[in-house]
Amino acid sequence: MTLARGDVANAASARQRKVTRSRIPRGKNLIIWIALVCGAAVMVFPLYWMFATAVGPSSELFDGDFNLFPSSIVWSNFGDAWGLLPWGTYYVNSMIIAVVGVIFTVFVNLLSGYAFAKFRFFGRDVIFILMISTLMVPIQVIQVPAFMVVSELGMVNSIWGVILPRGAEAFGIFLVRQFMVSIPDELMASARLDGAGEFRIFWSIVLPLCKPVIGVLVIFTFMWRWNDFAWPLVVLQEQSSFTVPLGLNLAKGMYYTDWTALMSMTLLSIIPMLIVFVIFQRAFVQGIASTGMK
Amino acid sequence: MMTDTTNVKTPERAVRVRASGGAKRRRNIAPYIFIAPNLIVFTAFIFIPILGSFYVSLNEWSVIGARTFVGLDNYKSLLTDDIFWEASRNTGIYALGTVPTTMGFGLLVALGLNRAMPGRTLLRAIYFVPVSISLVAVGLISLWILSDDYGAVNNLLQSLGLPTVQWLSSTTWAMPSLIAVTIWIRLGFNMVIYLAALQGIPDELAQAAKVDGASGWQLFRYVTWPMLAPTSFLLVVLNVIFSLHVFDLIFVMTDGGPGFSTTVLVQYIYREAFQSGDMGSASAVGVVLYVVLMAFTLFYWRISKQSQKAS
Repeated sequence: MTLARGDVANAASARQRKVTRSRIPRGKNLIIWIALVCGAAVMVFPLYWMFATAVGPSSELFDGDFNLFPSSIVWSNFGDAWGLLPWGTYYVNSMIIAVVGVIFTVFVNLLSGYAFAKFRFFGRDVIFILMISTLMVPIQVIQVPAFMVVSELGMVNSIWGVILPRGAEAFGIFLVRQFMVSIPDELMASARLDGAGEFRIFWSIVLPLCKPVIGVLVIFTFMWRWNDFAWPLVVLQEQSSFTVPLGLNLAKGMYYTDWTALMSMTLLSIIPMLIVFVIFQRAFVQGIASTGMK
Repeated sequence: MMTDTTNVKTPERAVRVRASGGAKRRRNIAPYIFIAPNLIVFTAFIFIPILGSFYVSLNEWSVIGARTFVGLDNYKSLLTDDIFWEASRNTGIYALGTVPTTMGFGLLVALGLNRAMPGRTLLRAIYFVPVSISLVAVGLISLWILSDDYGAVNNLLQSLGLPTVQWLSSTTWAMPSLIAVTIWIRLGFNMVIYLAALQGIPDELAQAAKVDGASGWQLFRYVTWPMLAPTSFLLVVLNVIFSLHVFDLIFVMTDGGPGFSTTVLVQYIYREAFQSGDMGSASAVGVVLYVVLMAFTLFYWRISKQSQKAS
């Protein structure tokens, strides 16, 4: 029931070694391979089409023909799209929310995950179950009262109105607890004998052992904060405080026939996430896999 | 020498005992300090709002007007609210349309990619990448590809001499289109979890079945599928939760229309609260959805426990 991250990684790398040795598949395997490649083509087509629309001449969009490739590449499309809305502000807002949100959420999740994994205390299991059960609550169910809390605290239109409520991340607590349970108690016990304080033990003994789970949490939290829409839509009402997804939604209403501009903006909006995905693909996939295993 | 050491040791031990007494007290309050930041945000932004939405659902309350206690009136009027029933039905159709399909395709691709083949890592990345894209971006891309007059799908149909379809502007096709887009973005998630589970099945089992002369289908039916049961159970829960939560995608693509043909419950809550300003009724729908999700999870959890005991 532990994470078994090492096992998954070993299995994956062993398999990859096998792949490099494998030759062109034959017979039944060839049919399966062709089917998978066709499926992948369907999966990638919408993204390709976004790209082709974004870089192609806008005059070609409405001639009614199906052209898989644009006749020429117009890089100035991106500059034009960027100038239509204050994207610089939206990107800065999104980046601040994502980065500060990741630091805050991951830190408080690590703290409480550690308490749930390594301490016995009154009310532990009840609090843990209450927190985890919030995974099921759709944001819309609590949107109205949660908005009232945020507005009482004067955090409407503020990045804190988005960041603080998202610190209540049950997934992160679950993941951290699951990982930290397997850290041997003796490490903490011997540090206590040496007179180390509880926070010091957490900071300089437990955290360095948790790099894999911290990595997974950072990637996931970044993705969620960067892609967040429903909650910022309610809290961030002034355009100067908009994030990238809110800007996209605004652009959709303003330029609803200018698909070249809209697809350029969409492409630009997903690039940060695609970069994170390409760099951290393995940790990403393992993170989903290891939480799904239980 | 002997006496010296004991003399030195005694005060040291006393210090240690005293220190560990203080450390023990610190250890007793430490966990509460560790969970405090998280507990505060959970309480302020989730626990209190959940109780709050129960309370608001018992009131007649529009944003501009005063609040009056009306008991269960909001729930009673839901019973005769056609849009509420249509939204419930749409939520059910969406869940039935997306949960088995994303799981089925996810499993098929995982079974395929679980064997050595050229480009395996790249294929896995391609199937998975839509999971990481924001639903607003997915919504915009889908709006363009499925648009009536110049969308890629209709252009393709036309150039093949086939009739075009109003994918998002007809009440017949809007929901199936949303389901298709959801399969696109959720397949990779299901695939990755199944792939991890498949890699956890020991090779010896498959080899033993082959020695006994099992065909590929028998191997899947009697070895692989039962071994995947816990994973499938978990995926049903995760996918049902996702399907009842889906908001961004529908908000961007159809905003619940045309008519109310793609209005699901979360959409309806948002509409009641932030467009009609009827907080009481919006909260009542929220409470109903919350109770249904809780009931489903508890029911499903019991069934899965029983079936795991039985096998």
